[in-house]
Amino acid sequence: MGCGFAKSDQLKKRDRETSLLVPAATAMRAALLIQRWYRQYVARLEMRRRCTWNIFQSIEYAGEQDQIKLYNFFGYLMDHFTPASSERNLISHIFRENNICHNVDWERYFCYKSIEVPELYSGPHLSFPITCSNAAELVEAFKNKQQLHSRYVLQLLGETWRLLRILPNISQISTCHNKEITICGDLHGHLEDLLLVFYKNGLPSSEKPYVFNGDFVDRGKDSLEILLILFSFLLVYPNDVHLNRGNHEDHIVNLRYGFTKEVLGKYRLHGKKILKLLQKIFSWLPLATVIDHKVLVLHGGISDTTDLHLISRVDRHKYVSALRPPKRKRQNRSGMTDSDLEDDDPTAKSVDSSRRRVHSLTHSSSTGTRHEVQRRSLQGLNNRVTCSVEEELKERRRQAGLSQSYGDLRNSLTNSDSDPDPDSGELLESYGDEWKQIVDMLWSDPMPQDGCVPNEVRGGGCYWGPDVTEEVLRRHNLTLLIRSHECKQEGYEFCHNRRVLTIFSASNYYEVGSNRGAYIRMGPDLVPHFIQYQANRATRALTLRQSVGRTERSALRALREKLFAHKSDLISSFQEYDPENTGLISLGHWAGAMEAVLRLGLPWRVLRSQLVGDTLDGMLDYHLWFRELAITEPNTELSNASLLETMYKHHSNLETIFRIIDTDNSGLISFEEFRQTWKLLSSHLQTEISDEAISDLAVSIDFNKDGSIDINEFMEAFRLVGGDLLQNEGDPH
Amino acid sequence: MAEDKESAEAIVSEVHKKIRAAFDVFDHEFNKTVDVREIGTIIRSLGCFPNEGELHDAIAEIEEEEPTGYIRFEKFLPTMTKVLMERKFRPIPEDLMLQAFEVLDKQKKGHLELEELTKYMTQEGEPFTQEEMEEMLSAAMDPDKNLIFYKDFVSMMTVDDPR
Repeated sequence: MGCGFAKSDQLKKRDRETSLLVPAATAMRAALLIQRWYRQYVARLEMRRRCTWNIFQSIEYAGEQDQIKLYNFFGYLMDHFTPASSERNLISHIFRENNICHNVDWERYFCYKSIEVPELYSGPHLSFPITCSNAAELVEAFKNKQQLHSRYVLQLLGETWRLLRILPNISQISTCHNKEITICGDLHGHLEDLLLVFYKNGLPSSEKPYVFNGDFVDRGKDSLEILLILFSFLLVYPNDVHLNRGNHEDHIVNLRYGFTKEVLGKYRLHGKKILKLLQKIFSWLPLATVIDHKVLVLHGGISDTTDLHLISRVDRHKYVSALRPPKRKRQNRSGMTDSDLEDDDPTAKSVDSSRRRVHSLTHSSSTGTRHEVQRRSLQGLNNRVTCSVEEELKERRRQAGLSQSYGDLRNSLTNSDSDPDPDSGELLESYGDEWKQIVDMLWSDPMPQDGCVPNEVRGGGCYWGPDVTEEVLRRHNLTLLIRSHECKQEGYEFCHNRRVLTIFSASNYYEVGSNRGAYIRMGPDLVPHFIQYQANRATRALTLRQSVGRTERSALRALREKLFAHKSDLISSFQEYDPENTGLISLGHWAGAMEAVLRLGLPWRVLRSQLVGDTLDGMLDYHLWFRELAITEPNTELSNASLLETMYKHHSNLETIFRIIDTDNSGLISFEEFRQTWKLLSSHLQTEISDEAISDLAVSIDFNKDGSIDINEFMEAFRLVGGDLLQNEGDPH
Repeated sequence: MAEDKESAEAIVSEVHKKIRAAFDVFDHEFNKTVDVREIGTIIRSLGCFPNEGELHDAIAEIEEEEPTGYIRFEKFLPTMTKVLMERKFRPIPEDLMLQAFEVLDKQKKGHLELEELTKYMTQEGEPFTQEEMEEMLSAAMDPDKNLIFYKDFVSMMTVDDPR
């Protein structure tokens, strides 16, 4: 920290030399003391900040992993239950492409003309083709908390879709004419941050090109507004605004992380349609951008198999959700179905801090095994294809290097919206590879060690090392990889010898004061320059201590909720260390039990002082401790405590399942569907939840809507009230 | 006597675990090394109050023969254990802190001016960097009056300490 070494003889020397009004020796000593004391304080704050960060990240990634486990489970159900089974029916629609396949039908679906804009509407009006003043108006309107009328939303989405379809998978841009390019990372619905970037940097224009690197939606409360702004600038400046797809541009992920809920809440009448169109639009978002043939910009990262040439040739729109495995085939003739499809084995290979978890998506679908066919209906070939269908297919076959029957490819590429393909032959290896490429691009994270391993923490993509960076960059003649996907305290961070740069633009992501956001400006020299910011005016005024304190309280609250959710497992674990049932365990054992149950890889001993109050001779009274956590039970009158705990522990999964079942996106499900949800969940968790328990549950919930349950209300009943303030509405956690 | 030995071993074992836990927070590569620049934070977070000079000496002891920029846990553990067992770098009691501020407040006003404190902190002892100074002022100073009411400041910082 840039200071001298105060050895005692130096002290004496200065004593003689200085002549302050305060006796020199005393002033010196006083100053030394204060400095020593203050530096100690700052160090402790830094430790707390680091731990807080770990907490948030662990919980975040554990949630993502949970999501993927759930999705894998559904995939398993799809493959192993008979077509008639009711569970399968409930969820089969999420594995099916949209029933609308012809462009012409989509045009009809997108039709906004029947929607009237009432006189009373005071929000912005859009006219098409959209102009830059229109786009600027939209920004102003959203800044003033107005909402765009659904007619204009649909119109805007329609135009966006038409444009995206003609864009390539990888955009090539250049910094010619001394243009500086601005690159933004994750925004996650934080409109404040986008507005701040525009304020500091200017609106997009042909003089001011922008790249937005994915994850525009989820978690924050203005995801839709961000999309509408980005799309409108895209339409005005199609050569100067570039959007890359992120892992959250995915309707399955949106079910869990708030975007679906946001849209349905803001647009009660047309929300469902808007969501469906967005599903389509997300699949058409480009996957990457390359600047001057030297700098690669994509959302997640790379893997050792990343091949940009392959990626530039895929039909990206086939991958509506990156979580969706590629097309699979039923092996009708031999009647085999794949029984070891799911390696859903939650082995915790306990390293010191057990950070290894379930197998990734990438490795769950190996080539060479037979899988069941997926019911799919693909949209017709896109209009951009000027050559004939046959030529196109020949070219793809050649590029894929496979000897597939013409029939196979034709089946997959032409319109077919009905029954599964019978006997269509071998698994198309190219789809498996393609899918892996895409998942890796959207989900991977860098790691310090060499190599490339499955990203088990998130559940998708890889962890890739510096050697992989060098190799992939060299292979494609690139010099720098810019990616996002991970929150960074300073808004940006280099790694891999400054060959990989993470840029993250959502400030205060975990909590007010948790981190800054940043964006990059890059000119023809391709040297990145960073501009950092923090959206909330209040946070800038916060001292280090205050922002650490606040973020920490938030993290601890999230952590305490997790503790509550795992209460019985924790108590059992504690009891293993307390065979004589004294009710006391040592702090060392406490730490061990916490990690064994929660598996968050957190430094429990360091966190101990924040989580555990008084101890008797280093022994903790664990029952008392739970009571003191001051978590009030959820607000339902359910007598069945273990059911309650299960519900709370898996409430995110529960909500996800609800939203999947709610096919018309009405926010309501029937009692029967509710019952089915429970059966699905209990099947996933491999626990028994008796019908009786479910009926009891039903009785204790007030069905005042003709036997249907309002999902939002139901989930609201499970929001925990802690000792601290209630979390805010719109708080992503 | 055997019991004493046992309990002594238990104490050392606890100390080891504490040290390990703090070290792990900064071990980003999970390979039992931390960046040397984080050592100060680790040592201080374990409750020690070394000054910069003492820290420098401790690091010199822990570093490799040819410094790599990284500190290995195997070398850190014995040194740090000794530090904790011998209670080196003891905490500064609150009243002593107050006295230190009072010394600088020669006119006994009960507060220090911005310039006064800045001068002392950035020119005396083991001077603060500008960043450190700004951070301290943001925590300590009343922004309207540009004065540091040190008594409040000391209590606030001491209360904050969750031991």
